[in-house]
Amino acid sequence: MSRLELRHVRKAFGGLDVLADISLSVGAGEFVSILGPSGAGKSTLFQLLTGAEHGQGQMFFDGAPLDDHGRHFAFMPQRDALMPWRRVLDNTTLGLEVQGIGRKAARARVAPLFSEFGLEGFERHFPAQLSGGMRQRAALLRTVVQERDMLLLDEPFGALDALTRTAMQRWLERMWRHHSWTALLITHDVREAVFLSDRIYVLSARPARIVREITVPLPRPRHPTGAAARQAGVIEAEILDIILNSQPSEGHDHD
Amino acid sequence: MVSSPSSYPRRLAALLAKAAPAVISVGLLLVAWEFYARYSGIKPTTLPAPSRVFAQAMLNREALVDNAIPTIRATLIGFACSLSGAFALSMLVDFFRPLRRALFPVLIVSQTLPLVAIAPLVVLWFGFGLMPKIMLVALVTFFPMLVALVQGYEATEAEIGQMLRAMGAGRWRVFLLARLPSALPYFFAGLRISITYAVVGAIFAEYAGAAKGLGIYMLNAKNNFRPDLVLAAVGASAALTLVLFGLTVLLQRLAMPWERAGREPAGKGPSR
Repeated sequence: MSRLELRHVRKAFGGLDVLADISLSVGAGEFVSILGPSGAGKSTLFQLLTGAEHGQGQMFFDGAPLDDHGRHFAFMPQRDALMPWRRVLDNTTLGLEVQGIGRKAARARVAPLFSEFGLEGFERHFPAQLSGGMRQRAALLRTVVQERDMLLLDEPFGALDALTRTAMQRWLERMWRHHSWTALLITHDVREAVFLSDRIYVLSARPARIVREITVPLPRPRHPTGAAARQAGVIEAEILDIILNSQPSEGHDHD
Repeated sequence: MVSSPSSYPRRLAALLAKAAPAVISVGLLLVAWEFYARYSGIKPTTLPAPSRVFAQAMLNREALVDNAIPTIRATLIGFACSLSGAFALSMLVDFFRPLRRALFPVLIVSQTLPLVAIAPLVVLWFGFGLMPKIMLVALVTFFPMLVALVQGYEATEAEIGQMLRAMGAGRWRVFLLARLPSALPYFFAGLRISITYAVVGAIFAEYAGAAKGLGIYMLNAKNNFRPDLVLAAVGASAALTLVLFGLTVLLQRLAMPWERAGREPAGKGPSR
């Protein structure tokens, strides 16, 4: 049964259609990506889910209508949004603090995860003293420790250099297999989506609609080499074709 | 990390190297002034040499200290009042946006009032006591501090706010956890500027009328044709301003340890 389900969700900002008819679902323990060109309104979708914006259409979580009060999501924004004035340890406990958990208890819950996230020994450092990859891992740690039903990841690796990004994608895939999180990832990186996801929704340019739903049949753990890599390449090329052909071109009339 | 004792002289040397240009430029200025005052034939009652100013300052140190104390008191009390008022109002403005449009025009006008005109009036209305000094110090420092704080809140990274709300934080929590700390660099920038205004404001208020204070001391010295004592009092007020300025820098270092941490190279590994 699907945990998150969206039916015909639309959103306009001042007469400008951003989301036109989005229907999608995410099952328990599933890794789903929303892939689309920049400015397609992907982040708007997350704003609707976290209650920062309101749109039309229906949203369900575990079959019940999604309202602002049901806090089902742990959200990881595009840039890491680490607070520069808090040490890494205190950044990772932020979500727990907001939930009303005491500082000591929150730290105790976070501490054992530091080694798994490659941050052991950096608890007392400030974010500015960490590398880009470490910052993203700290941000993800802050997100998952909230133990919400589902992770919302908004282009988490977009700001990293290519090598670090690849390393982080492999690390995230490994972590996801261990923890079987239910995750929804926003990205415009086709390779990232194919490498990480069970399913991919391909979005058109604005106003965004879902032009294709793709199930990624690659075995896990995902291997970046051999036959699986060739198969991944074929899927990537197919998706690129879909995206580039759905871009509005001159003389093409969208209604 | 604790610095080893051997690095201590090296840090001192680095500090000296950093201070050297300022020391040299001020020194050259004083030497040039001294030469001009001594050898150009100008009268010491017009332009006294720095050595004479210094000697007279030493001779009159009791009177200078005696007059500096009310100035320090007026500066600190006025600034404290201004700061707490600006902080309270900045929070109100942050929570009720329309207030900003209602208040800022009035406050901008308050900044256009010439101190020369307003200081005697305030003394006329509130007498020679502490009250008019506090009011004038507050008048010159309140708006810069308010603007610094309000701008600081608005400099909060939008994504941090969005993330906190997604975590379930209300407006008050967002303010305490994100907006207030985000405003700290702006707050300290405003503090450094305002503290220098504060001293000038206090002296101006005393100049317009006071029983004691560096401002009234300057006025009396001028009326007695003692420019050396005027300059000695100027030196005292400059020293006071520098000390207060230094305190704000120190305070900022203590309040924002992450600023310096970010500039130092990241620890290669965990320090154990």
